[in-house]
Amino acid sequence: MLKTFSTGGVHPPENKITASAPIEYLPVPESVVIPLSQHIGSPSVPVVNKGDYVRTGQLIAEGKGYISANIHSPVSGKVSKIDIAADSSGFRQNSVFIDAEGDEWVDTIDRSNELDTEIRLSSEEIIKKCLASGIVGLGGATFPSHVKLSVPSGKKCEILIINGVECEPFLTSDHRLMLEKGPEVLTGVSILMKALKVEKAMIGIENNKPDAIKNMQKLAAGYKGISVYPLRVKYPQGAEKQLIKALTGREVPSGRLPLDVGAVVHNVGTAFAVYEAVQKNKPLFERVVTVTGRDLSKPGNYLVRTGTPVRKLLEAAGGLPENTGKIINGGPMMGKAISNLDVPVVKGMSGIIVIPAEESKREETKPCIRCSKCVSACPLGLEPYLLMTLSEKSLFERAEKERVTDCMECGSCSFTCPATRPLLDYIRLGKANVIRMIRERNIK
Amino acid sequence: MSNLLNVSPSPHTHGKETTQKLMLNVVIALIPAFITSVFYFGLGAVIVTATSVASCIIFEYLIQKFILRRPLSITDGSALVTGILLGFNLPSNIPVFIIIIGSFVAIAVAKMTFGGLGNNPFNPALVGRVFMLISFPVQMTSWPVPSGLSTGYTDAVTGATPLAIIKEGIKNGESLSKLMEQIPSPANMLLGDMGGSIGEVGAIALLIGFAWLLIRKVITWHIPVSVIATIAVFTGLLWLINPAQNADPMFHLLAGGVLLGAIFMATDYVTSPMVPKAMLIYGCGIGIITVVIRVYGAYPEGVSFAILIMNAFVPLMNAYIKPKRFGEEVKHG
Repeated sequence: MLKTFSTGGVHPPENKITASAPIEYLPVPESVVIPLSQHIGSPSVPVVNKGDYVRTGQLIAEGKGYISANIHSPVSGKVSKIDIAADSSGFRQNSVFIDAEGDEWVDTIDRSNELDTEIRLSSEEIIKKCLASGIVGLGGATFPSHVKLSVPSGKKCEILIINGVECEPFLTSDHRLMLEKGPEVLTGVSILMKALKVEKAMIGIENNKPDAIKNMQKLAAGYKGISVYPLRVKYPQGAEKQLIKALTGREVPSGRLPLDVGAVVHNVGTAFAVYEAVQKNKPLFERVVTVTGRDLSKPGNYLVRTGTPVRKLLEAAGGLPENTGKIINGGPMMGKAISNLDVPVVKGMSGIIVIPAEESKREETKPCIRCSKCVSACPLGLEPYLLMTLSEKSLFERAEKERVTDCMECGSCSFTCPATRPLLDYIRLGKANVIRMIRERNIK
Repeated sequence: MSNLLNVSPSPHTHGKETTQKLMLNVVIALIPAFITSVFYFGLGAVIVTATSVASCIIFEYLIQKFILRRPLSITDGSALVTGILLGFNLPSNIPVFIIIIGSFVAIAVAKMTFGGLGNNPFNPALVGRVFMLISFPVQMTSWPVPSGLSTGYTDAVTGATPLAIIKEGIKNGESLSKLMEQIPSPANMLLGDMGGSIGEVGAIALLIGFAWLLIRKVITWHIPVSVIATIAVFTGLLWLINPAQNADPMFHLLAGGVLLGAIFMATDYVTSPMVPKAMLIYGCGIGIITVVIRVYGAYPEGVSFAILIMNAFVPLMNAYIKPKRFGEEVKHG
């Protein structure tokens, strides 16, 4: 019996159309827009001015405060302006606009493809390197990696968990990385282990990627302390707490961090970025993005510079089909619908999914028949039907008692509801209000 | 392509399950029991079920259209299921006008006054059935003797159900072993060759339906298994204590409405608990009340009352019995 998490979960159709499409290099765009907030934490502060010439990989914005991240130029060229632009979530935020001229990299970056497995940096130097290189969690949450690697005194990390689950339907960027960049990913894992001072790393991969499991298992034999575990396919296994439960049996308590059970989780994409930063001195300014959809003529996995407009990705994938109804940034379960094709690729963008019009609209909301399918689907053991009712009726004190803030918005409840009720929409409303209430209480 | 893109919050995909499909699966699960009843009770079973289904759907339609003036929802299949289940809880020779009155009570009183599907605290089909049992006790307790397709409708030969034979006999001081000779063999009871309401005879057919509901993930095992297990254990204890007075557990499970009730009535989504732990308590409660009524009460059969009584506790259970929250206890495995 393969490992998995025990509470809840659903099985959305996998639709991994691009699983066998090798990573392709997308040409450098003519111009890029770099949002200054593409990570969790404070927005970065620009260190370049309009008219400055920047090179590929050059620092253009510095992290502000501890939880923030540096941003580097993905192209070489002139900063045309620093202005407000809409990002992929529709937020209008400060961004650096650069017109590309050629592709001149900063000299310190090692552009060779040679595998370098010898880790020369110390634990502290690795963390500093991640901070300098603007590494953030590439699974989608974009939490600055240097923070996760710095274990506070009094806490101990026993195990590093590497997330190769990719439980969202359609997405295959991590899958391809594990197939094509296995040694680099594993070296990245070793670097992370050294930074965290742990002896053991577990890589969790869902069983729908047998080629990736085989490849990683074969390669991991050559690395000390790293083992690869196939997992039973179940959404949302890629969620941090669910993955820890699946691999170690430990449950991270409500409101606590993985470190409280001695674990730190990083994504395979992040491990690859750490490899490039530490071994090749290359900051994070490009990533693999899956561009997919049933009606795209050339869906694939593309290595893309950040700041590239989504439009360019869709052109590379054969152009936007006639019947497009919705475009999603991320997976269909947790991704965000985008409203504009000119929004830029950011560090946390794992995929662009094109949904045909007939599948892009929600079904009519019908009465709750109290079938309890949402209760059995919730991976956190919550009662979505109740949380929805409480939020609908603005009973936020009760919603807080029913632990609405535990919800990670995986969407399993809305996915499974036979009456197509917008459970998660209302839970988000309740969650936002409860968080506001808690904040007000803490001020008093 | 139109230039506008749809933008909505996640999730952007939905499972295949719908209310309609769930109801349809319940209807499919009831087909074996229906075939069994037609085989033993003939035309009467068809007339009663059809009348009940038609009047339930028509009443729901009329109430939504002319009284509530709400969008029609009869296509969701819930009135169809209520209609079938109400019909299945009746004797096959009951006059049409009584069925229509019962359907009215089920739909108008038990379901629509509370706001329609999803809001009724009590199982509509059982409210209808119990109303009929109290209002028309004679017609509701005269059971045609199964005589196959040739069984007449209102002119059918009637007899007592196995449960009534035992109940009356024990009351009159007859010995249980003598009485057991009058009731059908366990094999016949498994097949459904006994007096009873349309849907309750035919244990095998009902168990096939149960398997279907489990395979299609319409229901979980918790409620039916806890009802059946509780009845088996409780009647088993009584039988061990005094085998001369109390019938064996096998008899209690096969006679009367235990299987129909446990599999199809107690599992009604709207009126059953939301959390597995509560489902088990609810099922145990139904089992205990059923046996108490059967063995100590005035009625030979108690499944309907037991389910309705436990329905009343469901809101309480939903308020206080919570699922195990993730991360509730710190485990170091």
